[in-house]
Order: sequence, then structure tokens, then C-alpha cells
Amino acid sequence: MSVRQVPLGRLRTPFYERMVKLDTLNTWHEWKGYSTPDALYCAETEYFAIRNATAVFDLTPMTKYRITGPDSLAYLNRLVTRDMAKVKPGRVAYAVWCDDLGQVLDDGTIFHLREGEYRLCSQERHYDWLITSAFGFDVTVTEETADIAGLAVQGPTSYSVLSAMGLDGLGELKVFGLMHFDFEGTELMVSRTGFTGDLGYELWITPDKAEALWDALFAAGQIFGIRAIGVHALEMSRVEAGYLAAYQDFLPAKATVRNGRTRSPLELGLEWLVDFKKPNFNGRRALAEEKRRGSTWRLVKLDIEGNKAAHHSYIYEKSKNNRKEIGFITSAVWSPICKQNVAIGTVKMPHGAAGSTVWVEIYYQREMHWNRAMAKAVVVDKPFWFPPRRSATPPGPY
Amino acid sequence: MTDKYDAIVVGGGHNGLVCSALLAKTGKSVLVLEANDQVGGAAITREFADGFSVSACAHLLYQLQPSVRKDLKLKPQLVAEDMTTIALDEDGEHVRLSGNSVTGVSDDDASSYRAFHKRMVRFAGLLNTYFNKAPPRLGPMDISNLILLGRLGLDVRLLGKKEMQEFLRLIFMNINDEVVERFENPLLKGAVSLDAVLGTHLGPRSPNTIMTYLYRLAGDGGRVALPAGGMGTVSDELAQVARSAGVTIRTGMPVKRIIVDNGRVAGVETESGERFDSMTVVSNADPKRTLLDLVGAQHIEARFTHRISQIRMRGNAAKLHLALDGLPTIAGLTQDDFAERLVIAPDEHYVERAFNPAKYGQSSPEPVVEMTFPSCRDASLAPSGKHVMSAIVQYAPYALKGGWTDAARREFEAATIRVIERYAPDIAKRITASELLTPADIESEFHITGGHWHHGELTMDQLMFVRPVSGAAQYRMPVDGLYLCGAGAHPGGGVSGAAGRNAARAILGREQAA
Repeated sequence: MSVRQVPLGRLRTPFYERMVKLDTLNTWHEWKGYSTPDALYCAETEYFAIRNATAVFDLTPMTKYRITGPDSLAYLNRLVTRDMAKVKPGRVAYAVWCDDLGQVLDDGTIFHLREGEYRLCSQERHYDWLITSAFGFDVTVTEETADIAGLAVQGPTSYSVLSAMGLDGLGELKVFGLMHFDFEGTELMVSRTGFTGDLGYELWITPDKAEALWDALFAAGQIFGIRAIGVHALEMSRVEAGYLAAYQDFLPAKATVRNGRTRSPLELGLEWLVDFKKPNFNGRRALAEEKRRGSTWRLVKLDIEGNKAAHHSYIYEKSKNNRKEIGFITSAVWSPICKQNVAIGTVKMPHGAAGSTVWVEIYYQREMHWNRAMAKAVVVDKPFWFPPRRSATPPGPY
Repeated sequence: MTDKYDAIVVGGGHNGLVCSALLAKTGKSVLVLEANDQVGGAAITREFADGFSVSACAHLLYQLQPSVRKDLKLKPQLVAEDMTTIALDEDGEHVRLSGNSVTGVSDDDASSYRAFHKRMVRFAGLLNTYFNKAPPRLGPMDISNLILLGRLGLDVRLLGKKEMQEFLRLIFMNINDEVVERFENPLLKGAVSLDAVLGTHLGPRSPNTIMTYLYRLAGDGGRVALPAGGMGTVSDELAQVARSAGVTIRTGMPVKRIIVDNGRVAGVETESGERFDSMTVVSNADPKRTLLDLVGAQHIEARFTHRISQIRMRGNAAKLHLALDGLPTIAGLTQDDFAERLVIAPDEHYVERAFNPAKYGQSSPEPVVEMTFPSCRDASLAPSGKHVMSAIVQYAPYALKGGWTDAARREFEAATIRVIERYAPDIAKRITASELLTPADIESEFHITGGHWHHGELTMDQLMFVRPVSGAAQYRMPVDGLYLCGAGAHPGGGVSGAAGRNAARAILGREQAA
């Protein structure tokens, strides 16, 4: 029996050496076993690369599974709540999947690479769930996280960068589409996806070509303001885009112990992803029942007055004389591009209808002493940042 | 053009027939689709050699529920109502068990057995009360459910403190510890051990074998009856009752799939391509066949599918049928004794040793045997002056290493005959024809996954609230309109009709509630 050697300590992605060269801060943390930077020089500067130029983020640690076999479509349709029959080859779908009780296990993206061949990409590991779900289906599920290096290339000049790198025909690629290119004799997959809510792409290639890809990208991107970024800058942009983060805006159902700490897709504002008309999917019965009876929670996006980010705040119905809170903030950021104090939170139904007003209790420190402010907040139903360039096809050059 | 029914029952086993008759009695149009040419499932009588007939699978009636008899006004013709069990001894010093009395053992053993039997029958009676009801659900807090759950607790408590402790101690235990503690006679220990493991993939030292022993006693205090004309007459009577209640029974109609549309059943499609519509489909098939094969994993939840796929139902009991040109001779047995139930389990270790190879996918070289010669009581089963033997032989694992080839079958049959020869030296000379049904044959002939005639092991992890699995113990499956009415549902196997009756009541109760 051969034993696979696994390095002790944190893993390094194929881009690690390149990032270390650019790194000036040396603030790294662990992400699914890998070392990943908080920031490389300054989180705010990196954030502005996302919004004003091109930011490059190493997303190799994202969990990836290859799903193939004659029943792959039927399998995925049973797994996730949306209708995968509508996701043709060359398309990508944001999807959410649930346990038998209709509670969210995770969200992620499913790439329909070729006819009947898919890649599922998620924050969390799900191999046990995926193989449990495979019973009765002729599919093969392969964990390929370490076999594929991934880079997010995001920002208004990202299309220009990739075009300059020689990816001809990329202009035709629509949002949530994917294309295959040749890169030095190796297949490079490019998808028009991202976690920033901006114009942007994700690049996927085998690890042996990772550094060459990085070098080509930075060579082409120099005049377009390309910058490598860390997680903090990405986090700011994803809240602005209104995207959810596991362990932050919801807990994967398998990670909960207490009753009532899970969330259904309906409670996460993902009802648009739940297709009751398609063939059976996991959690369908429970979700249909929830729809009849009404949900317990509602996810809200809040536009909060003032400029103090509402981290971990309670949400109340009124500005004072509240008997009990109605919810809490799960993600918050001062949005530099929107000049808005924005947050994602969760409130008890029936509170939090779009357009309604709630109050957020913000604690902040001034010279050691704590202050408390009640800030008015309006529930909005659109992402805070949703520029036309995100979906313009072909994207404009910058 | 499709026919539409109020309910379709998939499989005309005895439970399916009971369920269909009870549904039809309320005025519903009910269709029963049976794959084989004969109704009854594993409760049929069949000719296996020219002029020789035998109960093809189940051959003794332990527990046809009085509630079922009463509801359907059944009057099964029995040629024996309380057979004696004779534990055979090579030297003719047999031990006879009948009710709470045992002869051929020491006075100490006889009185120990009396106390043991009394207690076991009492515990079994407690269980039997709950075999006639859908088990309470552990989750929901509705009042009727809580009352039922409370009743169960109260009934256990009302046994008295000492007996309650004993009950709670015993139900998880293995039978070997108990027989070794109480009895000294090896034949008695062997016979009780055999009763605990008959029809299971368990040895007497496996946990839960007291529970399986209690299950055997639950129906009628352990009384063993023999229907006239074999088990098939019980099914025939059920079919007749069902037909006169208005049930349409069609045989030779294997169901290919249960049609599910948008989360609820819409009907069934047969192998021949015929489609029958109904908003209620009741499956008499085992849970694996029902949910994994007929419904299909894509229509049910993943974790639930997983639980169903993990149900332990590996058959380990074979049936051996012999056509004999006359009764064999066994030292110490009279002609009349052949009309009783004869068991070969000379001591408790013998039973465990017989089980040992089965753990590793091999058949027992020295199997345990439960023999009956039903023609002694019922002349219709064999030509005049001749006899049939119907025996359950263990252990013959379903998943035999190398498969049940002709050679493997011959080997197991020969091993069985060799064991019987120790007691009946002339048996081989008497045989004019034989038939061996391995669990693999039982699977293909009676459409029972794994050839396990209880549709799933009768152990604590697969009983009551969790039979067949948690989340489906009240006959209602997690597809709207789909019910389970066979042995895989509570309470379990045996020709009792309890699952069929409880399922019918669950279906009718649900309609009332709606």
C-alpha cells in the first residue's frame, strides 16, 4: 500500500510563492487547510482595485467536486433546489442545497463544463453528503480541490486585462457563462462569475500551469492597475454585492447543534432558487410545508444611517421602548463605493419587509469608553452595488 | 385509457390482502396487483413434486392476530392449534416443550422454564398490545400521540417495579446469557436458542435475541398452529374475504414502478406496460423494494434513502422440502410425534456454531433445523401413505461467498440431510424428491429483498418507532399517498396480518383527519 505524503501544517496553493513576493504585511490565516492572506499591502487599497481596476484573488482553497456519469443531471436536480435542466453546457448556476428537512447545507456554484459533466464549487466540504446523495444514481463524484488552481480576476478593467492576455472571444461571454481556452497547451477554463458583484471572471487551470498563468496575467494587467488582494477586501465587496457567506450569514445545517439555528432557502431570501415545479429535490416536502405555514426568519439587507458599521448589532422594531430584539446583524461594512453604511441581517418574520424601517443598536468605542447609538435602517431588496458593467456584454474596455 | 381506483395495493401477500379487504369494506374501490400467479406472497401452498404439496415459505402459524380474525370474520381451518416442540436427542432422550411445561428435563429445569415462559409470555403480551397499533411518533406533541406514548410507559411501569426492571434489562439482551443462567439441560437451552434466532441473521449470542424470542411469543403466547391444506389456505380465505368486500385482485401482474408526480403518487405501472391510476398506493413489498426500486431514489430525500438502503435484511434461513415414501424412524418418537414440531439444536453452542460461518458468508456445515411433517395431520398434502417434510434450515446466508451455485446448493442440502440422519438414519432412503429454497430463491420467487421473510431484522434498531426506519414508522412514507403495509412496517413479519390492518387504519384515519 502506498501512503500519500501530506505536508504538516498549512497547505500552500500553487500561487503561494507569487503572493509571498508581493506581500508586505505577512498577515495570513487558515482557509480550509490552506494559507491565505488577510491582505497583502492594505485592505482598503486592495478593495479599490476591485472597484476601480482589476483585483486578483487566489480561490484555490474553494472546495471543488467533479460530477460525471449518465445520471449527473438527475443527481444534481435531486441535490439542489433549482432546476438544473435549464443550465446548459457552458453555463454556471448559483445553487443551494438542503438536508431532508429543507435546511441549507451550503450554497455554491455549479459549472456545466460539458454535456453531462459538472463541477460543484462551494465554501464547505460536502463529500459525505454528495456520496450519500448518490445512492440510486449512476454518477461519479470526485473531490478535485487540489487538482484545480483558481483565480478570481475582478474589476472594471478585468476584461481588458484578459483580452490583453490573448483570450480572444471572451467578449461574447455572458454573466454565468464559461468558456474553454488554450493556455500554453493546457486547457484554461474561464467563467464570468465572482464574489464581488462587479465585472469579473474566474480562471481555472491545473496547478502545474498556475504560476505561468499568474505571470501572464500580471504582465498583461500592469497598465490596467492589476493588484493581488486578500480576503478582507473581498469581504467588503461581497457584502456590498449582497452575497451570503457560510458561517456568517447562515450556518450550514450540519454544523448546528441547537434547534432553530439552521435556515431554509426561503429564510435566506433565496426563494428564487427554489423551483417547486421541477422534479423532486432534497428538502422539497419540508420547504413546501414551510411555504404553506410561513417561515420563521427573514434575511434582510439594511441601509443604515450614519457611518459606524453595525457589526454584531441587535435589530429592533422601534428606536426605544423595545421589549425584545427582532433580529441581529450578520455582516456589516461601511461601503466606500456606495458611501453607505450597509449590512446583512436576519430578523423574525413578519418583520423586515422590503421598504420597512427597523432600528439597529450600534456599540462603538471612544477612548476605551463604549457608546451606544440607535441607528435607523431601511430594508432594501436590491444589492447595494450592482453596476451595469457587471452584466454588459460585451464588457466595455477601460 | 387507464383504470382509476381509490387505492392500489402492490403485492397480494397476506398483509396486502388484509389491508385491501379492510379498505374495501369502507366502500373504496381497491385493486391488488400480485406479481405471482397465486396470491399469498410467502404464505402459499405449492406442489413441489408430483402429488406432494407444502407451504412454500412460512409453514407455521404463530400469530394471526385476533383483531384481524375479528375484523374480517376469518375462520382459518387449523389441523393443529398448539403443537408440541420436540427437541431431538440422538439417543432418543427427547425434550418436549408445550406451553409452559417441559418434559424430559430435571425438576429444576422444568420449574425454571415455567417461570421463564410465564414471564416471557407476559412481556410478549405487552408488546402485542402495541403490535395492533401504529407506534407513537417521538417528535410531534399532538395529544393522541402523547397519550399513546404515555400508555406505553405506563404499561411498562404497571408490570411492577421488579418486572419492569427485568423487562428493560432483557429486551436488549441475548438469549444465550439467559438460557445459560436459567437452564442446565442442553436440549432445552438449544431449543430456546433456536426459537430466538429462527428466520434471522443472528446467533444466540447476538444482542437483541431476547427481543426476537419475545416477538415469536407475541402473537399467541407462542402457540404454534398448522393450517389445513398448508399456509395457502389462509391466504385463499383472505383473498376470498377481500373479493367479497369488492377488491379486484389481479395476479401475474408485477409492478414495475410506482408513479410519482410532483411529490405524490399517481398510480402504478406494471411490467407489461399497463397503467393504473390512484392517489393512494399501498405497498406490500419490502421497504427497500418499495422505495429504492419501485419509487426510486430521485423521488425521496437523500438521508431517508440512505436509511432505507441500510435496513438490515440479509436472509439466512433456507426452506427444505422433502417428498418421502414413508415416515422415517427416529428413536424415541412415536408415529404421532411426527405431527409435532421437531427441532435439531442439541445445545446452545451448536446453534452459535452453526451461525459462525454465516458471519463470513459461508453456509453451516452442521445446520440447525426446524422440521414438520404436515402430512401427518393433513392427508391432502401427500399421496396416500406418503409424507412431506417442511423444514427451516439455518444458516444459509443470502450473500453466500461464491453465490448459490448448484454445487453450493447440493452441499448445503447434503449437510442438512446428514444432520437429520443422526436422528433419522433412514431419511435418505425415504426421499423421492426434494426442493431447497435458499434466501436467494426466496428473493426471486417471493420478491423479498435479501430473502429475509421478516422484511428486515426484528431488532431494537428496526422495531416500533423506527420500523422500517425513523420518519416512516406510521405506515405513511414520505411521498404523499404512499403507504407501506407489509412485514417491513410495524410490527414485522409472521403471518399475523397486523401490519396490513394497522396500515389500513392509518390510511382511513388520515382521511378522517383531512
